[in-house]
Amino acid sequence: MATALDKPPVVAQRTPAARPRSALRKYWHLYAAISPFYLLFLAFGLVPVGFSLYLSFHRWDGLGTMEWAGLSQYQYLLGDSDFWSSIGNTILIWALATFPMIFLAMVTAVMLNSAVRFKNVYRFAYFLPNVTSVVAIAIVFGSVFSTNFGLVNALLQAVGLDQVAWLNTPWGIKIAIATLMTWQWTGYNAIIFLAGLQTVPSELYEAARVDGANPVQTFFRITLPMLRPTLLFVLVVSTVTGLQSFTEAQVLLQNTSNDSTFSGGPGHAGRTMVLYFFQQTFDNNDFGYGAAVAWGIFLVVVIFSIINWRLVQRRGED
Amino acid sequence: MASIKGTRGRGIALHAVLVAGLLLSAFPFYWAVIMSTHTSSEIFSYPPKLLPGSHFAENVRSLFDNIDFFGSMLNSLLVAGSVTFLVLLFDSLAAFVFAKFRFPGRRLLFGLLMLIFMVPTQLAIIPQFVMMAKIGWIGSMTALIVPAAANAFGIFWMRQYMRSAIHDELLDASRIDGAHFLRQYWHVALPVVRPGLAFLGIFTFMGQWNDYAWPLISLTNPDNVTLQVALSQLNGTHGTTDYGMVMTGALLALVPLLIVFAIGAKQIIGDLGKGAIR
Repeated sequence: MATALDKPPVVAQRTPAARPRSALRKYWHLYAAISPFYLLFLAFGLVPVGFSLYLSFHRWDGLGTMEWAGLSQYQYLLGDSDFWSSIGNTILIWALATFPMIFLAMVTAVMLNSAVRFKNVYRFAYFLPNVTSVVAIAIVFGSVFSTNFGLVNALLQAVGLDQVAWLNTPWGIKIAIATLMTWQWTGYNAIIFLAGLQTVPSELYEAARVDGANPVQTFFRITLPMLRPTLLFVLVVSTVTGLQSFTEAQVLLQNTSNDSTFSGGPGHAGRTMVLYFFQQTFDNNDFGYGAAVAWGIFLVVVIFSIINWRLVQRRGED
Repeated sequence: MASIKGTRGRGIALHAVLVAGLLLSAFPFYWAVIMSTHTSSEIFSYPPKLLPGSHFAENVRSLFDNIDFFGSMLNSLLVAGSVTFLVLLFDSLAAFVFAKFRFPGRRLLFGLLMLIFMVPTQLAIIPQFVMMAKIGWIGSMTALIVPAAANAFGIFWMRQYMRSAIHDELLDASRIDGAHFLRQYWHVALPVVRPGLAFLGIFTFMGQWNDYAWPLISLTNPDNVTLQVALSQLNGTHGTTDYGMVMTGALLALVPLLIVFAIGAKQIIGDLGKGAIR
């Protein structure tokens, strides 16, 4: 693609001599036009991120004087079983939500790609869950999973099974949160997979049909390999957002504890990493430790992004 | 004959599965309608109600008694509206520059932008909170609007869009006519990229409308919050007792979003796919 960047239309050749000052004079309007983002980032991004690094080496309650703590916050973090269990919770919830979500989204996309009629109606309806506010929908799911009058338990009772105290047991809590996430993101990702599917040349399917391939073979030999870039995109996005999940668990479980709205429910089974960060920082007013937790979360997200990337790349080489 | 029958059978099965998925997608909305039209004692009874009841007006009244619903909705509109306006202005200006002009430092600045794209927001929350407490923005909507007024995603996305949408010949022609930078932006660039602006605008609006974690922390005055925070307060204090009312709040909070989505659905669904496979 030949673009303007290769052949700039509105430029003068730069002269090597006397560059910086004359450049500033010549292009000041361009620098001015891009400046709002950089100024905002400087004030609300770079300075805070730097400050949070500084903070993580201190003890501070947000009001008094800061005390130098050296590496002790990080040392404490490494041995903090609450932090490790919040990592475990986050990963479990993420896995419980993401794998069904990707599977369902792919199946939906393949079906939408073949069903010609009403395609736009389906796309509209499937996308709907994603535009709703997480707070509102978490309240709705809270009632669906309610122990006493929830719909899920009513269904279980109707077919003669035991009721489950969903928001009161470790697995129940995780399943409820994961179900909410799956519900909200399946359609969104199905639309993305559908866009990926539509780039697969139809000749490939023709050829497979002529060779007598069955639908399953076609899916694994043609569709899946051609969808790899889309799959990578979906996996990376759901990892980054899933590992930083907060609102779902916070709203679903805020009524279960009297002392903290960030508790993550009975036994802290729904306390994700970000919930733990909020609890340490804003409930315990431990700003120094909160900052260290934030850097810990950052590291976990980076590690998982790299693993994701590797997995999908590796499969491409087979 | 047999093969035609087989295809039709498969078609019906396909639509059956797709309709089942559609019902699952829509069900929580229906459930919210049911719960918001019943009293709490009706909700607590077994078997569960599956059809709408007749107590909606009652629930709405107690909702308005318990939270400042319209006040917080106005706050949400103010925040989402201002942020959307500022993001469209600042992001499209910067995107225009990165897409169509060359100047010293361009590569470096754009690379920096992509790097910033990946910095997670938690890292900045504590210092932002401390900073804003110092300058007195905590508790006001300014704390939500100003930091969100421009973003890396929008600039990157608009740049990709502008590179192909704005033809260089048009810019050249306008330059020969003596148009300066802002005129080019306003009269040449903006008219061509309107669909892109619509996508970015709707996406920004919905994102801001639904934002929760930062408003929850920074809006320290419980009487002056956004809709999502008000809903959460409502759920926190009445969520175990007055389900009908809480659900009415959740339902009414969804309405503005559904309207925005209904208007922009085509744009969003179409462009979302394009962005992902580009």
